[in-house]
Amino acid sequence: MLNLVALILLFPLIGTVINGLAGKRLKKETVGYIACGAIGLSFLVSILVFCGLLLLPPQERLFEKELFSWIESGSFKAAAGLQVDPLSGIMILIVTGVGLLIHIYSTGYMHEDKGYHRYFCYLNLFTFSMLLLVLGNNFLLMFIGWEAVGLCSYLLIGFWYNKKSASNAAKKAFIVNRVGDFGFILGIMLIFLSFRSIDFTEVFHAASQGTFAVGSFALTLITLLLFMGATGKSAQIPLYTWLPDAMEGPTPVSALIHAATMVTAGVYMIARCNILYMLSPFTMTIVASIGAVTALFAASIGLVQNDIKRVLAYSTISQLGYMFLACGVGAFTAGIFHLMTHAFFKALLFLGSGSVIHAMSGEQDMRKMGGLRRHIPITYKTFLIGTIAIAGIPPFAGFFSKDEIVLESLARGNFFYWSIAIVTSLFTAFYMFRLLFITFHGKSRADHHVMEHLHESPKSMTFPLMVLAGLSSLGGFLGIPGANIMSHFLAPVFGEQGHHTEISGREAGVHHSEGHPYLMMIISTAIAILGIFIAYHLYVKKPELPKILAERFRFIYKLLLNKYYVDEMYDILFVKSLKKISVMLWKHVDTQIIDGSVNGVARLIGRFGDILRFLQTGYVRNYAFYIVLGCIFVIVLTALGK
Amino acid sequence: MSVPILSLITFLPIIGVFFIISIDSKNRELIRFTALLVSIIVFLISLPLYFNFDARTYEMQFVEKLRWIPSFGIKYHVGVDGISLFLILLTTFLTPISILASWHITKNVKEYMISMLILETAMVGVFISLDLFLFFVFWELMLIPMYLLIGIWGGSRRIYAAVKFFIYTTAGSVFMFLAIIALYFLNYRATGEYTFNLLELYKLDISFAVQFWLFIAFAFAFAIKVPMFPFHTWLPDAHVEAPTAGSVILAGVLLKMGTYGFMRFCLPLFPEVSHAFIPVISWMAIVGIIYGALVSMVQDDLKKLVAYSSVSHLGFVMLGIFAFNIQGIEGGITQMINHGLSTGALFLVVGMLYERRHTRMIADFGGLTKQIPIFAIFFLVVTLSSIGLPGLNGFVGEFLILMGTFKSRILYASIAASGIILAAVYMLWMFQRVMFNEITHEENKTLKDMNKREFAILLPIIFLIFWIGIYPNSFLRKMDASVNHLLKQVGEKANVVSNTQRQKRVEQLQQNVMPKIDIISETKTEW
Repeated sequence: MLNLVALILLFPLIGTVINGLAGKRLKKETVGYIACGAIGLSFLVSILVFCGLLLLPPQERLFEKELFSWIESGSFKAAAGLQVDPLSGIMILIVTGVGLLIHIYSTGYMHEDKGYHRYFCYLNLFTFSMLLLVLGNNFLLMFIGWEAVGLCSYLLIGFWYNKKSASNAAKKAFIVNRVGDFGFILGIMLIFLSFRSIDFTEVFHAASQGTFAVGSFALTLITLLLFMGATGKSAQIPLYTWLPDAMEGPTPVSALIHAATMVTAGVYMIARCNILYMLSPFTMTIVASIGAVTALFAASIGLVQNDIKRVLAYSTISQLGYMFLACGVGAFTAGIFHLMTHAFFKALLFLGSGSVIHAMSGEQDMRKMGGLRRHIPITYKTFLIGTIAIAGIPPFAGFFSKDEIVLESLARGNFFYWSIAIVTSLFTAFYMFRLLFITFHGKSRADHHVMEHLHESPKSMTFPLMVLAGLSSLGGFLGIPGANIMSHFLAPVFGEQGHHTEISGREAGVHHSEGHPYLMMIISTAIAILGIFIAYHLYVKKPELPKILAERFRFIYKLLLNKYYVDEMYDILFVKSLKKISVMLWKHVDTQIIDGSVNGVARLIGRFGDILRFLQTGYVRNYAFYIVLGCIFVIVLTALGK
Repeated sequence: MSVPILSLITFLPIIGVFFIISIDSKNRELIRFTALLVSIIVFLISLPLYFNFDARTYEMQFVEKLRWIPSFGIKYHVGVDGISLFLILLTTFLTPISILASWHITKNVKEYMISMLILETAMVGVFISLDLFLFFVFWELMLIPMYLLIGIWGGSRRIYAAVKFFIYTTAGSVFMFLAIIALYFLNYRATGEYTFNLLELYKLDISFAVQFWLFIAFAFAFAIKVPMFPFHTWLPDAHVEAPTAGSVILAGVLLKMGTYGFMRFCLPLFPEVSHAFIPVISWMAIVGIIYGALVSMVQDDLKKLVAYSSVSHLGFVMLGIFAFNIQGIEGGITQMINHGLSTGALFLVVGMLYERRHTRMIADFGGLTKQIPIFAIFFLVVTLSSIGLPGLNGFVGEFLILMGTFKSRILYASIAASGIILAAVYMLWMFQRVMFNEITHEENKTLKDMNKREFAILLPIIFLIFWIGIYPNSFLRKMDASVNHLLKQVGEKANVVSNTQRQKRVEQLQQNVMPKIDIISETKTEW
């Protein structure tokens, strides 16, 4: 069954090609069927492959298949090969499964759009790229997927290319990601230089054999460079700025980018390289700190945003911060677990918000919504489940995964990480329920025009919502403490280093917290409920209060509303100054100095010729005179020589 | 080898010229089709070069040797190896495309097509010559048709651009000619034989001081041609004024003669000095990469933007060549082909826009995707190829170059790699301003999408862009033997210098720069 793995990639690619070449001439229904069918088949094969993996004994769950040799030069060799192990097994299920739901949803959401076939062509390509990223068996192949995902996000964010904001956002996404890729590619080269290979199996094997000492410079540099790539793709500080803008694309695309693909790539990559990271404690600290700070930072911005998708965007950044925090403290299983549950509830929330926007005739500003729960009940109910899941209320999916991270951040990390995780958890519960209350509760603030068109979405859109709601409710049980299926399954990849090979200083922490996992659960649940309560108080009980608070804490409110002015800062620091330097280089250095001196030489020669021209008078007597002068000169010279 | 393929490729265009001369100049269609047919036949004849090329040997293949001017030891001596193979193919591939892209030319069609065909002869000649004198003849011959192409069929400042192009290049080649003569006499002094045979001259043992001056003379000519920063200012002018086909050939083939010259002449003839010049050339290349990218970013003329991007791309090639290892050089050759394809295609695309709107100013466009969606796809693929998106051709070259450079000097590679960020910045910004956003100019609302001729022009290029991106080994394998031989030539002759230098570098790396880095240091060069 594992031999089928290439088919997982093939189907979306075929879908892309068919819809790309012939989509314009096909009927909309056909285009939709082809696209969904491609991902559906890919999903089925993924299940088969996954089952094939389960049939093997745990330690042998690694399947590699080389398709052809891609780039070979001297000792450098990069194959086009695929690899399935428990980690990529879970990833392909998430990508194709959630991807399929998003495809189905899109057939409804994009139905009126003129670029229908173009949209599905890109969407299939996106899925293909992400699968390539996940299934590649070496760093360079992963990098193709990595960049191809970036390209697809460029195409999809800029899908409505006539909108200046959309094309700007698309460009920004690609370029910011490129900055991260700069680190990634250098990391790959350093890996080759250090390990003489870029093949996952070989590199990780060599690393686990102790080729490099713990904390060695090369490994630290490699992991830092790779992490730089991850901050780009997974929208962490300082490269997160592209993600909130990415919502310029159609809403299902946001769901795809935020949930199933793209942003999870960074987390996946670090989990994939867990051996390298475990050997670089310094990098781990950086990863954990960046993750923690990003989680809190993005959550604080999310507190005051008014655009429904923008809140969700910052929430994604924040949740990704959680995942990096988990990876950074060495709890890779927790990170991947959260990646999975997050894929469920974030896809649900984004698709739900799409349904809301659909119903509101394109309105995204929450201040113009309100009271929607009676008009779009299915969307409301599923959205509620998603909100509870992300807020971390048991027994919904988000609770278990987030709780594990919070737990691990104390057990393996320190109090600082834990407190940030807890505060973020409070913020999360608050802003999500704020969103829910403003959008679905209270009185409607929309104008009657919009209200007349208010309608529940078609089945093609509500069905994926319901499936995702189911997954968001139950998905957490895969990682329930005690019978942790996830961590057992992933053990061959992460080597259970969480329990055995951990650096001794942290051992104590593990034991310490093992005594109180239930206390921790109670604390985090209480925090979440507190957040919900505050939101309820402010936005349902006393809706006039937020304005008063905003007035009183004007400075903080403005700062948060304007996202700490980071975009503006970047604009001045990088964009504008780079442009200024470039113009200076062009106008002054290039035109004046370099070309000026070239033309200067030419002019000099011209001048010289002008002077010489005076000698050429055209009178024979003058020439005769020169000849005489010359003769005298030669005679004098020979006379002196003697 | 009974069929003299190389001579056929080289001189068939000249025969075509005679055909065209005999056609009435009013019969434009016939002239165009004759030129196209001839160039296609040349391309087809050149294909066996690829298929019959023996990848196992570094020896020159398809060699032809005839006496030409025996009293001076000048021979008609041509051959192909893994370094020149793809440049010849690139030339024969781009020529029919350029001719097809010149269909709209109505002024002096006859003379135009004659120039194109003579240009092809000269270009192929440069790449196959193994006799320095012969090489120089072709090298200079190439200038004339190009000068005419820019000067007669160019834009408004065509005379200025043509003269600048001509004089700048000639200034370089004068010194090269002196160096060639010097080599000729040096060889006579050493062996007692008068010859311009490059393969013989390779064996020459030249003192460091003499090598130094000869290297400078050659390098000056080639650096202008590449063009390396700061000898690049003729390029934007020439490109902007040249007709589309002129730009395609200029960027696609002519610039490669500079980089090819470094590989064919500077490195193997003057190995010690080449080693000594690594820092100088590398820094010039790095500055070129970043400088070219930055200046490209703020251009408002599409052709200028592409021209400056060439400075950046060719900087990568030079960096790769002077990495002095197999990845760097193979990457360099790949990148030469890639640049020929993607930049050639960019000029073609810009030319298509110009034909429609008679402007190249970025500000005059915007929102074109809506009007010409198929064109947009082609444009996007070409843009992405130029950016170096993995899976397309540009990435393979850039990655191998950076890999090779990284192996020899980490610092160089790290700085140069920022070029890949900048490439995305200037290309995507340009693409956005031309193809995305609202249509702001009324004229753009009536644009027509690509026609069949334009399809025929771009499709082959797109095909190669994907091919090289997905299966580069079909190209890389043919280079291996020759590149390895080149490295041996450079390495063996310069052994003393390089080994001690390398040793020193490794030690430095271990002691000062990176105290704890545990990269397995290469004591033996592993080419």
